[in-house]
Amino acid sequence: MLNIRDRLIQLLLVVVLFGGWELGVTAGVIDPFFFPSPLAIGGKVVEWVSDTSFYRHLNITVLETVLGYVFGTLLGVVIGVWLGLARRAARILDPFIKAVNAIPRVVLAPVFVLWLGLGLWSKVALAVTLVFFITFFNALQGVREVNPVILSNSRILGASRFDMLRHVYLPAAATWILSSLRTSVGFAVVGAIIGEYLGSSAGLGHLIAQSEGNFDAVGVFAGIVVLAMFVLIIDTLLTWLEGRLITWKPKDGQERPA
Amino acid sequence: MSAYPRPVAADATTPRPLSSQPKVRIENVTMSFGAFTAVRDVNLTVADGEFLAIVGPTGCGKSTILNAIAGLLKPTKGSITLAGKPVDGVSHDVGYLFQQDALLPWKTVEENVELGLQFRGVAPAERAVQSRAWLEKVGLKGFEKRYPHQLSGGQKKRVQLAQALIVNPEVILMDEPFSALDIHTRHLMQSELLRLWQENRKSVVLITHDLEEAISLGDRVVVLAAGPASTVVDSFTVDLPRPRNVAEIMMDPQFMDLYRKIWSSLKTEVEKSYAQHP
Repeated sequence: MLNIRDRLIQLLLVVVLFGGWELGVTAGVIDPFFFPSPLAIGGKVVEWVSDTSFYRHLNITVLETVLGYVFGTLLGVVIGVWLGLARRAARILDPFIKAVNAIPRVVLAPVFVLWLGLGLWSKVALAVTLVFFITFFNALQGVREVNPVILSNSRILGASRFDMLRHVYLPAAATWILSSLRTSVGFAVVGAIIGEYLGSSAGLGHLIAQSEGNFDAVGVFAGIVVLAMFVLIIDTLLTWLEGRLITWKPKDGQERPA
Repeated sequence: MSAYPRPVAADATTPRPLSSQPKVRIENVTMSFGAFTAVRDVNLTVADGEFLAIVGPTGCGKSTILNAIAGLLKPTKGSITLAGKPVDGVSHDVGYLFQQDALLPWKTVEENVELGLQFRGVAPAERAVQSRAWLEKVGLKGFEKRYPHQLSGGQKKRVQLAQALIVNPEVILMDEPFSALDIHTRHLMQSELLRLWQENRKSVVLITHDLEEAISLGDRVVVLAAGPASTVVDSFTVDLPRPRNVAEIMMDPQFMDLYRKIWSSLKTEVEKSYAQHP
């Protein structure tokens, strides 16, 4: 828990950092062409947020992020759980997965534009490739690391293959998958933004690219601020969701000694 | 000597009831893992209603035998029958009490206890009735909605006991079930176990390295040789009257006499085991 003193220090840091920056710009020490004043950036954000056309861009990015996130996660969970259980298939596919994972995803962006055009789906595809591997490796790990005693016990208690999946493997993997969801949401945003940045007609990445094209540093920084807020809001939502879904885990300090 | 009914012991010295076909029959069982042979040519029978305790030095393959009876492991040679049927694949007619915590951490106490019934397709209402009854039997009434992480070690063992026994298994297998508990909780759990067992006298196979536990709980104590390639070296009938007080029984002269006899057999094996793995 942060106490009041820590809060005050945090506030002080903010004031010193941004106040100093603002003062530097006003005094002419900092070149606003590269580092525009925080007030100007804040003004730009407010200007965007109060303009209805901004929400068209925001909606597009949200849609791309959500689609990339959902498809990437579903694929990752399904294939991760499958390969976690099918040892032989996992052995055979292992080098291929490693090879694909070794490709820097950004270089796939032109390929997706070529295949899927400049619209929504090339961004979704890029986000999917980023999200998939995170969820995939976590689901795989989650399934493989189930306590063998729990497996034996469930089998002796009469669990069928489907029972094992439903009552043992999926709940065991769920913690891993959920923790990966938090990480992968950031990657979904990255996929969507990079896709937009490299070629699009709408979205937050497009806004940033446009500002950059006009040498408008204020716009670029404002875009960054909006993106950061965007990810923070999603992260808060997921934390809340995680707390509701995983009720069986001990909260801090709630674990009983043996 | 005692007014209490005597247990049925599968030993030539005690007369057996007429219908006593062994519950578990292990014949010439060898368990190998690659070049390593854990147990060789084991012959054991467990009579209906018999409480058999198996003792042996660490690493002698005690758990391997138990896992073979449960069908978790397949014998390299020999055969195992359970209630007259050969064991082929994981058996659902056994209740297995593991040494480690085997509860599903994402299920409540109640859900954990009901698991075996759920897998057998028993309707939810019936499951709830039975799990309530079992939780009351093991002294955990009111703990239905707790999660395993909210329980103490002893309480978890009680849940495991209810979970294993609710399906009414033919044979109860126990692999050092109480070794992780402190001495007082262990004694308490041992008496609870005897109390529950005495209600319907299922056959039990208990694996332990604790000779005191073996004698105070069992009808018969079997000593396994030091591994590898362990085998049965001795079998002792425990004719202590039941019900027994596990916390005080070790002061009984008859107990001490048995302890001395079995220990002289076990000691040789333990020393061999130490000589191999100092």
